[in-house]
Amino acid sequence: MNTEILGIIVIFFGTLALAYPLGKYIAKVFAGEKTFLDPVFNPMEKFFFRLSGIDAANEMNWKQSMVALLVINAVWFLLGMLVLMCQGWLPLNPDGNPSMTADCAFNTTVSFVSNTNLQHYSGETMMSYMGQLTLQLFQFISAGTGIAACAIVFNALKNRTTDKLGNFYNYFLKSCTRILLPLAIIVAAILIFRGSPQTFNGKDTMISLQGDTMHVSTGPAAGMIAIKQLGTNGGGYFGANSAVPFENPDYLTNAVEDCSIFLIATAMVFALGFYLKRKKLAWMIFGVMTVSSLILLAPTVYYEMKGNPAIEKMGISQPFGNMEGKEMRFGPAASALWEITTTNTSNGSVNSMHDSSMPISGMCAMLGMMINSIYGGVGVGFLNFYIFIIIAVFISGLMVGRTPEFLGKKIEAREMKIAMIIFLIHPFLILTGTAISTYLYAEYPHYLAGWLNNPGYHGFSEMLYEFTSSSANNGSGFEGLGDTPSVFWNVSCGIVMLLSRFLPIIGPVAIAGLLANKKFIPESSGTLKTDTGTFGVMVFAVIVVLVGLSFFTALAMGPLAEHFTLFAH
Amino acid sequence: MKRQRQTKLFEPELVNEALRQSFIKLNPKILFRNPVMFTVEIGAVVILGVCLWILSGEKSQGSFLYNFIIFLILLFTVLFANFAEAIAEARGKAQADSLRKTREETPARKLVNGELITVSSSQLIKGDVFICETGDIVPSDGEIIEGIASIDESAITGESAPVIRESGGDKNSVTGGTKVLSDKIKVLVTTKPGESFLDKMIALVESATRQKTPNEIALIILLAGFTLIFIIVCASLAPFAEYAKTAIPISAYISLFVCLIPTTIGGLLSAIGIAGMDRALRANVIAKSGKAVETAGDLDTILLDKTGTITIGNRKATNFYPAAGIDEKHFVKCVVLSSMADETPEGKSIIELAGINPLSYNIENPCFIKFTAETRSSGINYNGTRIRKGASDSIRRYAEKAGNAYTDEIDERVKIISGNGGTPLVVSENEKIIGVIELQDIIKPGIQERFQRLRKMGVKTVMVTGDNPLTAKFIAEKAGVDDFIAEAKPEDKMIYIRQEQQRGKLVAMMGDGTNDAPALAQADVGVAMNSGTAAAKEAGNMVDLDNDPTKLIEVVEIGKQLLMTRGTLTTFSIANDVAKYFAIVPALFIASIPALQALNIMNLHSPQSAILSAIIFNAIIIPLLIPLALKGVAYKPIGASRLLRRNLFYYGLGGILAPFIGIKLIDLVVALFI
Repeated sequence: MNTEILGIIVIFFGTLALAYPLGKYIAKVFAGEKTFLDPVFNPMEKFFFRLSGIDAANEMNWKQSMVALLVINAVWFLLGMLVLMCQGWLPLNPDGNPSMTADCAFNTTVSFVSNTNLQHYSGETMMSYMGQLTLQLFQFISAGTGIAACAIVFNALKNRTTDKLGNFYNYFLKSCTRILLPLAIIVAAILIFRGSPQTFNGKDTMISLQGDTMHVSTGPAAGMIAIKQLGTNGGGYFGANSAVPFENPDYLTNAVEDCSIFLIATAMVFALGFYLKRKKLAWMIFGVMTVSSLILLAPTVYYEMKGNPAIEKMGISQPFGNMEGKEMRFGPAASALWEITTTNTSNGSVNSMHDSSMPISGMCAMLGMMINSIYGGVGVGFLNFYIFIIIAVFISGLMVGRTPEFLGKKIEAREMKIAMIIFLIHPFLILTGTAISTYLYAEYPHYLAGWLNNPGYHGFSEMLYEFTSSSANNGSGFEGLGDTPSVFWNVSCGIVMLLSRFLPIIGPVAIAGLLANKKFIPESSGTLKTDTGTFGVMVFAVIVVLVGLSFFTALAMGPLAEHFTLFAH
Repeated sequence: MKRQRQTKLFEPELVNEALRQSFIKLNPKILFRNPVMFTVEIGAVVILGVCLWILSGEKSQGSFLYNFIIFLILLFTVLFANFAEAIAEARGKAQADSLRKTREETPARKLVNGELITVSSSQLIKGDVFICETGDIVPSDGEIIEGIASIDESAITGESAPVIRESGGDKNSVTGGTKVLSDKIKVLVTTKPGESFLDKMIALVESATRQKTPNEIALIILLAGFTLIFIIVCASLAPFAEYAKTAIPISAYISLFVCLIPTTIGGLLSAIGIAGMDRALRANVIAKSGKAVETAGDLDTILLDKTGTITIGNRKATNFYPAAGIDEKHFVKCVVLSSMADETPEGKSIIELAGINPLSYNIENPCFIKFTAETRSSGINYNGTRIRKGASDSIRRYAEKAGNAYTDEIDERVKIISGNGGTPLVVSENEKIIGVIELQDIIKPGIQERFQRLRKMGVKTVMVTGDNPLTAKFIAEKAGVDDFIAEAKPEDKMIYIRQEQQRGKLVAMMGDGTNDAPALAQADVGVAMNSGTAAAKEAGNMVDLDNDPTKLIEVVEIGKQLLMTRGTLTTFSIANDVAKYFAIVPALFIASIPALQALNIMNLHSPQSAILSAIIFNAIIIPLLIPLALKGVAYKPIGASRLLRRNLFYYGLGGILAPFIGIKLIDLVVALFI
């Protein structure tokens, strides 16, 4: 078999295999069971709790948990703004980079608090080390927030009637210390050994082949790269993200980083199975996610390895496939795998330029973000999937003649209302955002000419991608879009990121909290089992139909139109 | 005057009424209650406006004829949906009317201060007392406070055999419209005019007053969500088109929108709900709310009385066992004679089993000994012979008192019979035990299969009986119920229901007596028998006109059918959208993005024909599915997962494929005219 294909098969399935034991470990962490890391973390956590005066045994209901979540995020948001706007004269700024302007600091902080990591700045020139470390802290915080919210939902899905769903701070702290931190140390260590910088010494100098002296930006990068991947953050240390050799030196680091992108998100699914002792349910969810993932991956790999017919027409041979915007060290297959995994999860780091992918690849990447729950962001991926499950349970419950119930709890009007609103937010933000920008561009083509390097179908895709990426809290971009200096893109994407981060966390937690408070109904032979292949097909169908119906027109006007034009005979 | 049960879906007179109603329901005030169809009506009005605009000289919106045809199709879409609702209503009303006919004005003889005044039945109010004699029609629902009568209830139940109703006890209620065949009764009116169960039921099949059930509300939220998605999709299409420099006429936007919103289920939703109530009515069950019918579909546990439900009314003699040394003929003679004056069903069954007319023995001067609770035996004395039959322990005491033995043989036989779920009756002649009669409960034929069916649906059956646990266990096993309550007192039902409910189960029970009322009220679905007391009927949330305790099984299926019909048609409706996208989107961009013709996989003739075909399909699918909405999707107890697979295959996959074929076929026809 082709070694390129073999490589991505190993990365993909190797990650899935690693996720299983990790899921078991995560379940133990949430359940408060003994783990081998207890001797390290027990005293540390005790110290944190004593310092903050939090009683980890004090259980909260879903509303208290959400208030806690929003408050700590708000506090960090303000802190982040402060650091970015003052970084110019704060310590740890060996390169002497300036303080950020208010609007850019706002966009950047929102972006990192919301786990999006859309970067309307370039790390090398616009960030001090202090700023970078603050963002790195946020990469832990936002990932931990998502995992903790997911833990609340796991707790709520247990077979009992209660409004006490555990202590949010406890889940949050443990997510950061026991799940993210150890993995980040391992990944960072691998990156440092392979050549990523981790230093406070400022710019390095080297002599180029031409004999010129060059100043090369370095800094505490390896640590940030590790957590940006593991926490599905995606915001790189350097502007060009994991395409830069310092961020991603070779094929091995590429494999490790790609694995880190969807490792925890996948492990969360297994954690659900172990935590609730419903392994079959976990396998059902895992199955739907993996099948969806492969369906998006296959055409992407195919078209990237096949190459571009427009280049072919120019008489240029493409022995490696579509290499525009790709790194030679990774090749089209590994770049395609990365493109799909980084968009399926809400990661958004890149090792190739998605703007230069084939139209179908771009569409698959967008579809991954539109679904936003094929493994998804850490914690939040499952929360999004939970919404699809609720809708699927409702429709299929009716189809078998029983009031719909999920894990022994009846789904009624109130839960449906929340589920539909949460589902609607995503297409609403993406389509409205794209509609406004297309309208503006069509009305003021000369004034806004800088927006699009490629007007036409591809330009449409660029705008659609930008809003999809913001709304999915992904953060990657079709970089042909002239978004960096524009107030429009800063503000609109900032609003989209905020709304699409916290509402889709609150919604599923609210549903789970409401359901947890309902009477538990034991299973009978008339109950629709949700851990079967049949139900898996149902969830898959609901995802395909809901997402397809919402975005068909937009995808037809962008990537599909481009694809059919490109491949027209 | 047996009530006619309609079997035809479209009775001509009902269709006429429904057609009239379809136009009346176009009134926006009425249509507003159905948000999906209301938006279609708005769409139709907008297109009508476009038509007028074109007439006044506008050139950008296509031809007048084309727009006008779209207007007509949208109008018909709304009319079809209205018709679905109207025909369901008309059928339900016809059903209710035929019931109501039974209570047309009849003269009532009201008792006022000891005098009889003849008034019209409609003037009777709650608390009035009236008298009915042989040949009278009972003017109103009520409770017998004095007397006993045989009554022909065929007008309500369709059952021609007369029934006995008497004051006191659990069979004291009479229903308006039934006929007194013999004797005289004094009846207390128990319902206010216009508030009888029947009146409540009639209100439920009239959509205007029909309250939506919780599941229906949740489904409407889902459909509203879909409608919102498509509003966003269609609204965002305008700037998209402007960016792509494509002019899309208003008619195309509205056609796309109407095609995508779930008009199929939106148009049929209320018809499905009404038809569900109608089906309950057809099964002769009066439900007091739509929620009760839906809840029935979710039941986990059903409590059934043994007597009359699982077993045929009473025990029957099945075997005679003469003691050793007793001639069988002589034993039978004694048995027959002892039962000669026994009017109980058991006594009669003994003579029936013997097959001998007691009068053929020509006994002179018989003296019958009646059954009393003290002796727990009965019998006959004649010519110095004393025959007794009764419970084993009382006959044993009676025999041993006279110095005769209660042999091991008899003891053995008594134990065997008890162990088999039967009741032994020991017979003595002149204080000497001569043998044993075996009485057995007869399990109703076919009841096992019904319980089997319930089990497959996931419903647990519980038998309630006054028998001892041993007998109860035997019958429970034989009939195939899952659990039983033996030696049950009325409050035991209540306790059992509470226990089940605490474990999160939904419980149904059927009852007729006043002492059942608390349990009927406690149960999630309480079905009171029409013959039961007013208290029982008030406590339950359904009344069964047929007094048939196995009716619960039908009620469960009606509830399930109701939900399934909604679920499958929702799936079908949403699945249809896939094909409609493939028809309309390439049509919209044929000029500006020719490459998108690759999506025209149906190879439709032209943009106009594609749009017309899609909305025509969208419209005619509604009347095509009316029969399914009215009859309901068949429920099969094959387990939830298999049922889901089946329905997903037929209505999900079918819903995706059907419009591809349908739209293509319509396009072939439409292409002939364009």
